[in-house]
Amino acid sequence: MKRYILTLLLICIQFNSYALIEVDITRGNLDPLPIAVSPLSIDNQSKKEFEKILKKKDIGSEISVVVENNLKASGLFNPLSKDAFLQEPDIANLKPRFEDWALIKAQALITGKVNFVDEKLRVEFRLWDVLAGKEMMALAFTTVPTNWRRVGHIITDKVYERLTGEKGYFDTRIIYVAEEGPKTKRIKKLAIMDQDGSNNKFLTLGNELVLTPRFNPTNQMVTYLSYFKNLPRVYLLDIETGMQEVVGDFPGMTFAPRFSPNGKKIIMSFAKDGNSDIYTMDLENRIVEKITNHPSIDTSPSYSPDGKYISFNSDRSGYQQIYVMNSDGSNVKRISFGKGLYGTPVWSPRGDLIAFTKLHKGKFYIGVMRTDGSGERLLTENYYQEAPSWSPNGRVLIFYRETKSNSKGEGFTAKLWSIDLTGYNERLVKTPTDASDPSWSSLLSN
Amino acid sequence: MKLFKILKNAFLVTLACVALSACATSKKTGQMQGDVYTGTDTIEYLASGVPDRVFFATNESVLTTASRETLRKQAAWLRKNSKITIVLEGHADERGTREYNLALGERRANAAKDYLMTYGISSDRISVLSYGKERPVDSGSNPLAWSKNRRSVTVKAN
Repeated sequence: MKRYILTLLLICIQFNSYALIEVDITRGNLDPLPIAVSPLSIDNQSKKEFEKILKKKDIGSEISVVVENNLKASGLFNPLSKDAFLQEPDIANLKPRFEDWALIKAQALITGKVNFVDEKLRVEFRLWDVLAGKEMMALAFTTVPTNWRRVGHIITDKVYERLTGEKGYFDTRIIYVAEEGPKTKRIKKLAIMDQDGSNNKFLTLGNELVLTPRFNPTNQMVTYLSYFKNLPRVYLLDIETGMQEVVGDFPGMTFAPRFSPNGKKIIMSFAKDGNSDIYTMDLENRIVEKITNHPSIDTSPSYSPDGKYISFNSDRSGYQQIYVMNSDGSNVKRISFGKGLYGTPVWSPRGDLIAFTKLHKGKFYIGVMRTDGSGERLLTENYYQEAPSWSPNGRVLIFYRETKSNSKGEGFTAKLWSIDLTGYNERLVKTPTDASDPSWSSLLSN
Repeated sequence: MKLFKILKNAFLVTLACVALSACATSKKTGQMQGDVYTGTDTIEYLASGVPDRVFFATNESVLTTASRETLRKQAAWLRKNSKITIVLEGHADERGTREYNLALGERRANAAKDYLMTYGISSDRISVLSYGKERPVDSGSNPLAWSKNRRSVTVKAN
C-alpha cells in the first residue's frame, strides 16, 4: 500500500485566472501548444542521495522527461527541444527570463526543483505563462523516492488540467493481457503497467488462460475471466495483496465482467444451455440478480457512470447490435442501426458517449456514438481491433489491434493502441510482449 | 422392419435432394461448402469411423446435415461405451469480438449437446466448455482457416 500513498502539499497557489493560454481539446489538435519543460533543478547533495537509492544520475532531469513524454503523447502539446533552452534550471525556477523562452516560441514553461528531505523526495514545480509573463500554478509534493515517475505523472495531470480545464489521465495504470506463443497455444497472463508503459509487472504465471481484466473504478481491485481448472469463471483480484476469489457460484461459464460505477457490483454474462444472459452480483451481500432474460446472446454489459443504465451487446435482432436498458433490465432499446455488426459497448466516464467495436465489410472499426445511438463516429479502421477502454477523463480510448497471419500463422501480432476522441493522435502503447484486452484505471491520486 | 426400410429409403432420397440443392445453390470450393468446412484435415477420431468434430457457418450455431451425421455416429459410439463421459468444446473464428465469441462457442457446443441428447445420451455424461476464439486449430488468417476453427469438438473426459 505504501507505494501508492503520496502526500500532496500545496505550498502556494496564485491562480491568475486571466491567463492567455488555453488548449482546446474538443477539436483535432493539429497545432499543439509549444511548451518548454525545463529539467527540474537539483542540488549536488540531493543528486548523490537519489543516485544511491534510484540508480539515476539526475532525477530532476528524469522527472522532467516523464512530464515531457506525457505531454507529447497527449497530442495537445509540443514539448520543445531542451538544446534550445537558454536559462539554467535553477535560475528559471526562481524567475524565468520570459523573453528568452518567448524567443524559442514557448507559450508555456514548466520549471521545478528536487530535494532530498528526511529520506524523501520533495518536488516543487511551477507552470508559467510565457507570453503574459505570469506564474499560473505552483505545487509541491513529498513522497518516497521510488515514486518519482508518479511525481512526473501528477505534474502532467496538474498542467493538463490547468491548461485544458479538464482532469488529466496520466497518473493511471493499464491492466491488460500479455500474450506469448503460437496462436494455437497462446499463453496469456495478466499484466499491469503505468499508463506510459513503464513499471510493467506480470500478475499471473500463464498456467491458465486469462481474459478481459477490468479495473474497479473506485479502488485497486480487478475483475477478469480465468480458465482455472478448465472452468471459465469471473474472478476478483486484489492487485495489492494478490488475493483472488471466484465471483458467485454459477453452474456454468461466467464472462464479460465489469464493475458498477460505485465498485460495489459486478455485472457479467452467464452462459447456460447455449444462452447467455446478463447478471449482477452485489459484492457486499452476494445477492445475484438476473438482468436480461432472452434466448439470444446478451453480453459485454457496461454501466452508465450514474449507474442508471446498462449498455450491452445482443444478437436478438439476428446479428450483434448494441442495446441500452435501465439498470433493472427494463426498457430495452436497440441503439446501433448503421451497417455492419456492433460489439463491446463501453460507456464513457463522462456519460455522453458509448465507444464500440464495429465489423463492416471485413474491416474492424473503433467508434463512438451518443447514448441514444445518434452521431456515430468511426475513429479508426483496421484489419482487426476491438475492446476500447476509456481514459478516466473520457478523452482517450485504449484498445488492441491484431495483424493478419499468413497460412503458416506467421506475421501475427497483438498490440495496444490509443487514440483520442477526435480521431487524431493514434499511438502504439509499448508493451514487453504482445498484448490485448486493456483496461484503464481511474486516477490514482486527486 | 419393412416400414423402417421404406423410411430409411425415403430419408436417403431426401438427403440426396438436400445435397443436390445445396450443391446447386451454394458454391463448393475445395474444402468448404458455403463457408462451412467440409474437409478432413483437422479431424481426429474418437473410434474408427467416429469423427470428433463438427463445423459451423460464420456467426451460426445451426448443425449442418454432415454435422448431424457425425453426431449420430458419436451418439452410437457413446451408447456402446456407456462409461465414457465427454466435454464438448465450442470454438469461434478470430473475426469476432472476444466476449461475443465466448458466448457463440458455448452456443455451438450446446447445439451439439442437444443433438446428442435427442439420440439418447444423458446430459450427465456431457459437459460443455467454450473457448471462444482462444484456441484455433489453424492459425492462418484466411477463410479456409476460419472455417476449420468454427467448430465443436467432442473430447473424451475420462
